[in-house]
Amino acid sequence: MEKRVRFKGLWLPLLLVMPQLLITAVFFFYPAGQAIWQSLFIPDPFGLSMRYVGLGNFEFLLSDPFYRASFVTTAVFSILVTLVSMGVALYLAVLADRLIKGSGTYRTLLIWPYAVAPAVAGVLWLFMFNTRVGVVTWYLGVLGYDWNHVLNQGEAMGLVVVASAWGRISYNFLFFLAGLQAIPRSVIEAAAIDGARFWTRFRTIVFPLLSPTTFFLLVVNIVYAFFETFGVIHTITSGGPQQATTILVYKVYADGFVGQDLGSSAAQSVILLVIVGILTIIQFKYIERRVHY
Amino acid sequence: MAERHGMVERRGVGLWLTHLGLIVGVAFIFFPIWLAFVASTVSQPEIVSPPMPLWPGDQFVENYSKALVSGVNAPVARMLLNSAIMAFGISLGKIAISLLSAFAIVYFRFPGRRLFFWLIFLTLMLPVEVRIVPTYEVAANFGMLNSYSGLIFPLIASATATFLFRQFFMTVPDELAEAARVDGARPMQFFIDILLPMSRTNIAALFVILFIYGWNQYLWPLLITTDPEMNTIVMGIKQMFPSGDDIADWPVIMATSILAMIPPVVVVIGMQKLFIRGLVDSEK
Repeated sequence: MEKRVRFKGLWLPLLLVMPQLLITAVFFFYPAGQAIWQSLFIPDPFGLSMRYVGLGNFEFLLSDPFYRASFVTTAVFSILVTLVSMGVALYLAVLADRLIKGSGTYRTLLIWPYAVAPAVAGVLWLFMFNTRVGVVTWYLGVLGYDWNHVLNQGEAMGLVVVASAWGRISYNFLFFLAGLQAIPRSVIEAAAIDGARFWTRFRTIVFPLLSPTTFFLLVVNIVYAFFETFGVIHTITSGGPQQATTILVYKVYADGFVGQDLGSSAAQSVILLVIVGILTIIQFKYIERRVHY
Repeated sequence: MAERHGMVERRGVGLWLTHLGLIVGVAFIFFPIWLAFVASTVSQPEIVSPPMPLWPGDQFVENYSKALVSGVNAPVARMLLNSAIMAFGISLGKIAISLLSAFAIVYFRFPGRRLFFWLIFLTLMLPVEVRIVPTYEVAANFGMLNSYSGLIFPLIASATATFLFRQFFMTVPDELAEAARVDGARPMQFFIDILLPMSRTNIAALFVILFIYGWNQYLWPLLITTDPEMNTIVMGIKQMFPSGDDIADWPVIMATSILAMIPPVVVVIGMQKLFIRGLVDSEK
């Protein structure tokens, strides 16, 4: 699509795009280039010189059991966060959609956790499950269950998953509810007249018609779990115990800033770059399809 | 919607079960925040001998004033100010540079326009989490550590906002620009007098989303601010936990958590319509 009417001028438009161009060049392209460049080198222990190692950093990374484990951790974490937050949101949206009135009130009650930062959500859940003062920990103890996410890897993963999914329910709820309300009533009522019960209607009509929303949310939530949950991990577990919750983004930070292993951190950045690229392309492919929908 | 009084909505027992299900969901969402609020109104001894009470105590004023005035490493009032400056800086900055570049892309034909468009598009693939170490080095070389410009500028380029405004400008009737040109208006006059007022709602909707985005930043402030006086509130909470075995000052930490979520929550609830619109728009 192009505009028919245009203004004349050469310097003005260049001047207009300059602020964005400058910031993008300085803070996006130069650092990304640096990451790619640094990933080919290993700095000496004193940081005085760099030794070219080609793809050595990548070879080392991909054979490093900790890095491979981090891939698995990220996959498990992202899938769980996506399933939990989308599952709960879909359930609530289906319920709210069944109301003749009042769904707006529930929407107001449910959307605002979107505004709670992942790091703050992390602190809230950490507080509830704190091994010393946590309320939930205490009541679990009364029931005979000894909760300790500081030592138990599975519990640590469970806690960061729930804390990450919790704040995300609002977002998914909003999109699911909008998707549900866009489904023509007549279609569902026709099925009801034919004798289809709620669950049959949901399985054969509602869920298929909802699939564009579901697919969109799937991609968006995976991106969220990959990149925006750093705050949750950092506040609750700091990647532990024994790296059980060290997702890829956390590892870039831990190796680059805490461990000062710049070559490896840069190589990890490049790998993440490729992953974001793939996710972005999937997202856009889908959005193109949705436009023609 | 009148058509919704059909036979698929719930009545009687079913209706109550539906409400019950939703209320359980709402309770699940609210519970952590309720606990945080309760913890921010009781004293430390009440928390360290579990189980803590589930109903607010009488230490509200003490805890909040202690947090705001002295905090742990820095007064929380100071961190709130830092967060506000960062959130406004990022959201207004993103909106400003995106409006300008979208205007240039849509209303001018200049060499490199396509290239520029793709360069912006590529920034979608470079979230700060992916390029942290080199971006940190750039900011450090510019002397931006522990400064507001360091908190704001590296996060200010936004492909999403630029695309959003581009899309909107495309829907503005050509006749308007034509008329402005015939009347002898300069491009910037057209931009300020006609385009900007027309974009009001889009700008507001985007502002809501970007304000929350800016307020809730965590990783970047964590790297760029080592001076507690420059901490933002969202990243400052974690810094309030003692290292080692000391017990954290939970009432003050929880008061800070509540304070950290109030501004973005007020924005979301107060501007609910704009928020939903911004959310849907920015995902297109």
